Amino acid sequence: MAEPGIWERVFNFTDYGQLLALVHNSLIAGAVLGIVGGLISTFVMMRDMPFAVHSISELSFAGASGALLLGANVVLGSLTGSILAALVIGLLGSRARDRNSIIGVLMPFGLGLGVLFLALYKGRSGNKFGLLTGQIVAVDTPQLSWLLATSTVVVLALAVIWRPLAFASTDPELAAGRGVPVAALSSVFMVLLGLTVAMSVQIVGALLVLSVVCTPAAAAMRVTASPRLVTLLSVLFATGSVVGGILLALGSSIPISPYVTTISFLIYVVCRIAGARRHRRGWAPVRSRGRSLATAAR
Amino acid sequence: MDEREPRRRRVGTRLTAPVLELEDAALSFGRRELWSGLSLRVEPGEFVAVLGANGSGKTSLVRAILGLQRLSTGTLRVAGQPPRRGAKDIGYVPQQRRFDQQTPLRARDLVGQGLDGHRWGLGRHAGRSARIAAALESVGAGEFADMPIGLLSGGEQQRVRIAQALVADPRLLLCDEPLLSLDLRSQRTITTLVDRRRREKDTAVVFVTHEINPVLPYVDRVLYLAGGKFRTGTVDDVLTSGTLSDLYGVPIEVLQVNGRIVVAGIPEADESNHHEDDVAVGAKHG
Repeated sequence: MAEPGIWERVFNFTDYGQLLALVHNSLIAGAVLGIVGGLISTFVMMRDMPFAVHSISELSFAGASGALLLGANVVLGSLTGSILAALVIGLLGSRARDRNSIIGVLMPFGLGLGVLFLALYKGRSGNKFGLLTGQIVAVDTPQLSWLLATSTVVVLALAVIWRPLAFASTDPELAAGRGVPVAALSSVFMVLLGLTVAMSVQIVGALLVLSVVCTPAAAAMRVTASPRLVTLLSVLFATGSVVGGILLALGSSIPISPYVTTISFLIYVVCRIAGARRHRRGWAPVRSRGRSLATAAR
Repeated sequence: MDEREPRRRRVGTRLTAPVLELEDAALSFGRRELWSGLSLRVEPGEFVAVLGANGSGKTSLVRAILGLQRLSTGTLRVAGQPPRRGAKDIGYVPQQRRFDQQTPLRARDLVGQGLDGHRWGLGRHAGRSARIAAALESVGAGEFADMPIGLLSGGEQQRVRIAQALVADPRLLLCDEPLLSLDLRSQRTITTLVDRRRREKDTAVVFVTHEINPVLPYVDRVLYLAGGKFRTGTVDDVLTSGTLSDLYGVPIEVLQVNGRIVVAGIPEADESNHHEDDVAVGAKHG
């Protein structure tokens, strides 16, 4: 094909069936990442931590590119970077103000390190770019097993701490009063977040982790306040974005990330509009509220 | 005053143990002593107001009762047990703080956290939603059970807070400034609800506040903390010019105006809260 137009470069579905068989692993990886990202993102939103996620993903990028340079395991490098960053933010930034400044300090440092390592790296440039913007075909079987194992750990841990963590995230003072170990839970959560970010970096790339680990819950919280529904929608949105992104990106010569981020963003826009409509049409049963106040005061 | 007497006698004949007991308790941070020699027994169904200026150690007392702060000396018992984190016997209403609009919780979920928010795992008890619904009904919040908590008014949020504190059937209701930044009507709703609860279920109430007037009709006893010292007794015993002058070490005037208590002359550093409130109240009453 000589010089395909821009549209064909973005969307190309020739030989789609054969391609689909090739990315079998990636699709499983994408679906799993969607589930874990959707679950974690509800807590990222509850704890107001999108900025922290971005910082962790950049340290994860530094770790991965460092490993690439040293010829070590890239996955291990990205894990090390993200967990270190998550723990530093968790330990030093218990107050929101401290946290933001630590994140602001950590983020450029991580990105700078990553740029340094990649500049020194003499290997294939596709490897470099993939860490920042994601790759699909690159998910091989060992990587997939690693991904599945990590996801299982994160999901199981979340199931155990879900309720106290939600309590501590929405109402730390009262949770502490009820005996919830707020500080310890915060550290555990940061480790789980680090694991999830390291996984996402492998698939969607360091720069776009937020589209999997923040946007889904942000969108869900626009349309419902029911914790169960927020979680369910968030998982659906995240899985839809990642799997949908992979399917669309398949035949094209473009990295997967723009597809994922665009789907994720569109879901958010739709939810925002739906939420605004609901808000206007009266989520609040205003008339009955005055009456119940009178009943209570009696 | 009269209607309270029978209830107390009833409690007395049952020979119930005190719900909260402090003996010769002291709390200090480094060399700064907040209070010492504090002894207090709160019986079931009793309504005790904890008064005092900012920094007098009211919130630290709350934290000590919750088991989040160790006493320097002395003993503290809640329902006969030493304080520990997460005691089921305490229903806690923390200082009024508005929830963010986007908080992904409905009123019923907030109450649910009071029931099992501290428990690990995903399992739920049978009858959970019925208990939550009953708690919301009891504070007249049944109608906004499914509303996002962040969209409720301050007074409504605080009513849900009371339901949250009461859903696990505590023996002690511990309220830390629950009336802050509420309008007079909501203040009255909250105090009425708290009073009704302790009458119906014999729940003891420890109510931390810097302003006595909203709880004046219900209070059995007052614990007044100031300048490292304290006084306990009925409102008439403690809120007098003599007692407060003695506590603060400067002349203080306590006036009764239209059934309200006005305190004048509290030293500068401590005055901000009282002053602010008196002005606000004065404006509303004209």
